[in-house]
Amino acid sequence: MSQNKSSFDLSRRQFIAGAAGLGLTTLASGLIVPSAFAQEATPKRGGVLKLGIGGGSTTDNFDVRVLNDWVPVNQAYMTFNGLVEIDKDNMVQPELFESWEPSADAKEWTFKIRQGVTFHNGKALTAEDILYSLNLHRGEASTSAARSTAGQFTDVVKVSDTEIKIVLDSGNADLPYILSDYHFLIVPEGFEDWTKPIGTGPFVLESYEPGVRARFTRNESYWKPNTAWVDAVEVIVINDIAARTNAMMSGQVHAINQLDFKTVDLLKRNPNLEVVQSAGGQHFTFLMDCTQSVYADNNVRMAIKYAIDREQLLTTALRGYGKLGNDHPIPVTDPFYAADLPQRAYDPEKSKFYLKEAGLDALNIELSASDAAFSGAVDAAAIFQGTAAASGITLSIKREPSDGYWSNVWMKAPFSMGYWGGRPTADQMLTIAYSSTSAQNDTHWKNEAFDAKLIEARALLDNAKRKEIYAELQQMISDDGGAMIPMFGDYLDAVSTKLGGVTTHPMFNFMGARLAEKVWLEA
Amino acid sequence: MIQLILKRVALGILTLLLVSALIFAGTQLLPGDVASAILGQNATPQSLAALRQDLGLDLPAWQRYLTWLHGFVTGDLGMSLANRQPVADLLWPRFGNTMALAAYAAIVSVPIAVLLGLAAAVRRGGMFDRGINIVALAFVSLPEYFLGLLLILFLSVQFNLLPSLADTYSGMNFGDWLRATTLPALTLVLVTVAQMMRMTRTAVLSVMDQAYVETAFLKGLRTKRVVLRHALPNAAAPIVNVVAFNIAYLITGVVLVEAIFNYNGLGRFMVDAVAKRDLPLVQAAAMVFGAAYVILNSVADIAAIALNPRLRHPR
Repeated sequence: MSQNKSSFDLSRRQFIAGAAGLGLTTLASGLIVPSAFAQEATPKRGGVLKLGIGGGSTTDNFDVRVLNDWVPVNQAYMTFNGLVEIDKDNMVQPELFESWEPSADAKEWTFKIRQGVTFHNGKALTAEDILYSLNLHRGEASTSAARSTAGQFTDVVKVSDTEIKIVLDSGNADLPYILSDYHFLIVPEGFEDWTKPIGTGPFVLESYEPGVRARFTRNESYWKPNTAWVDAVEVIVINDIAARTNAMMSGQVHAINQLDFKTVDLLKRNPNLEVVQSAGGQHFTFLMDCTQSVYADNNVRMAIKYAIDREQLLTTALRGYGKLGNDHPIPVTDPFYAADLPQRAYDPEKSKFYLKEAGLDALNIELSASDAAFSGAVDAAAIFQGTAAASGITLSIKREPSDGYWSNVWMKAPFSMGYWGGRPTADQMLTIAYSSTSAQNDTHWKNEAFDAKLIEARALLDNAKRKEIYAELQQMISDDGGAMIPMFGDYLDAVSTKLGGVTTHPMFNFMGARLAEKVWLEA
Repeated sequence: MIQLILKRVALGILTLLLVSALIFAGTQLLPGDVASAILGQNATPQSLAALRQDLGLDLPAWQRYLTWLHGFVTGDLGMSLANRQPVADLLWPRFGNTMALAAYAAIVSVPIAVLLGLAAAVRRGGMFDRGINIVALAFVSLPEYFLGLLLILFLSVQFNLLPSLADTYSGMNFGDWLRATTLPALTLVLVTVAQMMRMTRTAVLSVMDQAYVETAFLKGLRTKRVVLRHALPNAAAPIVNVVAFNIAYLITGVVLVEAIFNYNGLGRFMVDAVAKRDLPLVQAAAMVFGAAYVILNSVADIAAIALNPRLRHPR
């Protein structure tokens, strides 16, 4: 995974110096690359790309502020461009921002705007468009899902026609990564009609039936070289996993997202398709509320963390399509992953020891479980129930309805299940779920030393120092936090062997939701 | 007879009113609410309260029920809560799709079912009768989602004869549409044919045992004439009934089939709306389903009355 740290550090420093785009590919992100992808292939133009995507609804639209599911996010990336782009090696690359330069305290960032880019309606991209697009997410009245992220921008100003400055409330060395959030997409100044989107993206919307299908044609004046190979893209919304799989098996679509872990092995037998398995930050959690009942005692939390058989869970619940978790949320694909932290194993004796420390001989607890947390969560709870028995922990499983799980159970029940999608940076992940002040701190774990170090690391431009602090933070969560994190789930897609240019990607399914832009159809 | 029909119609309307109350009550019982569904993770108590007031969710339930019912009766289905579009604009095209699929299935299944039923009745106890019965029972015992998957496995994945996705869009030509919808229609045909066929057979047989049919045979009429002219008209009422019942099923019971084949009909639309807590959509879709059911059942009842001489000319 991180076998080549030195060259990684190099590329990261270069991005900070504003010279990104060297395309260093030494940091493999724990990928299994199907054989066909390894072959050298010449891209071809033409053809109609058909995508079967799950995660759409009749209420979808192109409003960049409320993008919240995979169909609208993928369609938004066909229509719009971001300011930056995360590449397949988890590195930030320039997109509509061409380069950038931070101040020494990482509080003020100057960005150069790419020149010669035009919108679908022929208008040239200007600094005003970018200001308008960023301001959509700012302010108390904004309805944006990225409002809290944008809350740290105290000021966004135009420096010149080709430059923009973002001022932060406190230093943040990860700002370019933060700008990769899929809500920060660029529309023309004053744009409001979200049913007829206008962007600078690779494709132009031709017809649209929300939650059903959409058709896009190539933007013939697209600025990004070596992309947008296909003439048209047809998106067919297929929310049912069985229907999606069947569409792929019968060759009606060229790619589908979010495979069912349980059927991947069967799908792999089909010679006409490849399964794309991307390691990423998506992880599954057993959440103990550190303010409620027995979970306030860290000994109990440790007893529980030692009472689960992670290997068994991974092979059973995810059929092995994931990575072991170490009770902290940073994935191996993250440059700041604490590789030196020993992997926590299944150890009933240690678990019993911690129970004794807590003054308990046995523990009777109830786990609120639902497949709303992740597909297979209830099975995972049952496996935990079995392995925990050896430690003297009697677990009863309370099955919760999927409906309303996130509003009625998550963050409310003393012991519940959940998941987190990956975040582009370690800082974002640690901040959203573990800082004391976050509204989504789902274990109610509060630690002042953690908060202070988190803020310190955020402003550091020295990556070696940062790595040290982040490793410490991961250990704090692992040894004291309220989340038992047994595993990370890989992103699984299936693509036709007719598709060229497919790679794995550490962010989301479908190559970071940018598959349509990158792939081509072999004759 | 007019009185009987009017009574049926009145009963139908009463049923619909009850259905509407049940639907409204049911949707109130769903956990979570649309305000939190719309705002998602960004919800603050203030923004939730503001949105609830904006959407009228703070009014008492009976008041919302009456407003909704009034709107529904006057043809105003309300606005979708999630994307503020008129429900009618979203609903009717999907209802049209569901009706089109139901019509495709019905046009195939009804004549086949009645013909097979008649043939089985005529050859009662023979090889044909037994064979067709076993096949029919087999299909009627398979749930439609399983049958649909079997059809996809063989006709679509293995032999690639028909598409597994019922991918339809406006401006599609009729031939493409037929091809796209053949698998879901076939699934529906297979699950409905059995019941209609067996009912036809039973109804015709019960008439065939009666004295007047024997008389017809004894006076030397051919089987075909006895069945078609003497037996069938008297067996028509139960057949019409089961046909209407099955057509109602084709319209209202297709949620699973639409999901398997990803067909853009009212059932899938409703599932979508439930997931988004978009109650006006759910209520409208449920009412349309309810109305289709009630109307088709009333039609069956009225047809039974019209076809039955004793009810047509009460003494």
